[in-house]
Amino acid sequence: MDHQAQSSSQVYGLMAEFDSAQALLEAAQKVRGAGYTRTDAYSPMPIHGLAEALGMTERKVAPFVLAGGLIGCMTGYGLQFWTSVIDYPMNIGGRPFHSWVSFIPVTFELTILFAAFSAGISMIVLNGLPQPYHPVFNAKRFSTASQSSFFLAIEAADPKFDAGQTAAFLASLHPREVVSVDE
Amino acid sequence: MDVSHNTKQDPLGAVPVITPGYSYSGITDKLSALVLTHNTPAAWFAFMGVGLVLLMCLLMSLTYLLFKGVGIWGNQVPVAWAFPIINFVWWIGIGHAGTLISAILLLFKQDWRTSINRFAEAMTLFAVACAMIFPIFHTGRPWLAVYWLLPYPNVMGLWPNFRSPLIWDVFAVSTYGSVSLLFWYIGLIPDLATFRDKAEKPLIKKLYGVLAMGWRGSARHWYRYETAYLILAGLSTPLVLSVHTVVSFDFSVSNLPGWHATIFPPYFVAGAVYAGFAMVLTLAIPLRAIYKLHDFITMRHLENMAKVTLVTGLIVVYGYACELFFGWYSGSLYEREMLRLRIFDGFYPWAYPALLLCNFIVPQLLWVKKYRRNIAVLFTVAMFVNVGMWLERFVIIVTSLSSDFLTSSWASFSPTRWDFLTFAGTIGLFVTLFFLFVRVLPAISIFEMRTLLPEAATKQTPEGGSH
Repeated sequence: MDHQAQSSSQVYGLMAEFDSAQALLEAAQKVRGAGYTRTDAYSPMPIHGLAEALGMTERKVAPFVLAGGLIGCMTGYGLQFWTSVIDYPMNIGGRPFHSWVSFIPVTFELTILFAAFSAGISMIVLNGLPQPYHPVFNAKRFSTASQSSFFLAIEAADPKFDAGQTAAFLASLHPREVVSVDE
Repeated sequence: MDVSHNTKQDPLGAVPVITPGYSYSGITDKLSALVLTHNTPAAWFAFMGVGLVLLMCLLMSLTYLLFKGVGIWGNQVPVAWAFPIINFVWWIGIGHAGTLISAILLLFKQDWRTSINRFAEAMTLFAVACAMIFPIFHTGRPWLAVYWLLPYPNVMGLWPNFRSPLIWDVFAVSTYGSVSLLFWYIGLIPDLATFRDKAEKPLIKKLYGVLAMGWRGSARHWYRYETAYLILAGLSTPLVLSVHTVVSFDFSVSNLPGWHATIFPPYFVAGAVYAGFAMVLTLAIPLRAIYKLHDFITMRHLENMAKVTLVTGLIVVYGYACELFFGWYSGSLYEREMLRLRIFDGFYPWAYPALLLCNFIVPQLLWVKKYRRNIAVLFTVAMFVNVGMWLERFVIIVTSLSSDFLTSSWASFSPTRWDFLTFAGTIGLFVTLFFLFVRVLPAISIFEMRTLLPEAATKQTPEGGSH
């Protein structure tokens, strides 16, 4: 109803564009140094140290993989033990029902299978993907973030955010340009 | 990480990994133009045409197979495992080079792998798809294959026999196929996002957009992405070694003369990488010519692949020597007789010399730098290896089965036209899938190529240290 009144709160944040990976990394360090916490950087390829420079400390993918691997290992061995020893024991070639040596290949394969899918799925889910809409795509030049350009965004939701001051601060980092991004 | 060497001329004469002069957008434009274009090269249609014709042969022979039964193939006791298992092992082996390039070379920080890993991974997937056709149709009634192959609760209360290498094979190959698909798709996500942002037609944009899942290149996303990618590489490395090991168990766990040997697992894995690198060369050389990728797939790549082919080829030859030694040293009459028949006067006296020619003699050309840098020689050697690795499986499988313990049960195997047609058909499936892939997906990893540029290197200032 009252679009006019809400228009000021519909700003997602400010976004600065940089020419190089080095410039983005240095800017990210300064943005964090200035006390901003709700920030993100966008680049067409991974840049080592950039996530740490923004203050990311989460390390959840690896524990998920460990858990997945252990579950896979137990599933593999458990499946074989239950089917060959408990549910339908059968004498095949005079081998023991619990032929643990023969159970190793399948146990190994299921360990790898579960661990690998834990790695892939936890990465996708922790990243919040699939995500059909995100405000950063409203920035006109953001389509180059997957091609050749580097961006740094400070969200309006950041406690330190102030449209005027934050824009001036971003401009002091020597970007190519600073734009306001709508929600 | 210092990446300046990727575009520099080496004083020792090594060719750079990327021809100098490319920027981020230069790489992006050039590599995405392979797909987002109106000008598909004429050669693409030619290859696709050949692929489709052969694919029709596959459909026809499989339809006839379902209609008549596996009797249309030449498989007959004692050679009950013939073309289907030869072709299965051949295709699975070819797939291994893709995983080796994408996972093992990544862990060893071999930057040059970046230009070739994407299509090598695609090759892996398609090779596994071709391989799986054989055991599934070899069951005769593939609609019942689920019941024979997978453990699921059924009305008869039976389970697969987990003491048999054949069921290990089911788990190894299906895990390998699934993990390779995952690894390949995860690798594709950032490039799909590039396509989404570069495509002009709304429908194409939407399709790539859905596949890219909203990837936006956030630093936090990249961090988790790289962690997951590295872990996947670490998991794929033992996986790929296990797959051909398990395939070799199909043979070595039995006690047939010529199969029952402990050298089989390492010898099969080396053979798989050998065959796979030959196939990567077979694909890379035409791909590079059709799409003019000389700046990205340089002589350095071709030469490195030639070197890996040579080394793994020598390991395979060492495996042949071990087989001979084991047969003689076993003191077993049957083992010694099997070797004599295999090499001199069995049913197939041409096979062993042909195998040595293809896998041992011809690849020795790769010792010479001049030949490693000659595209025609390289392609010819790769074709010899492709044929040689098929012959290797023929020799192992058919010669051992045709003459085992009792002379009364010896019999020669002769393939029928349907054996050849099915095999040619899977080559058609492979070619069709590969050229479809090249047409719609990035055949070279664009985002990883960007990381090879000198300007991608960053210096850390306060904490962390340089990478």
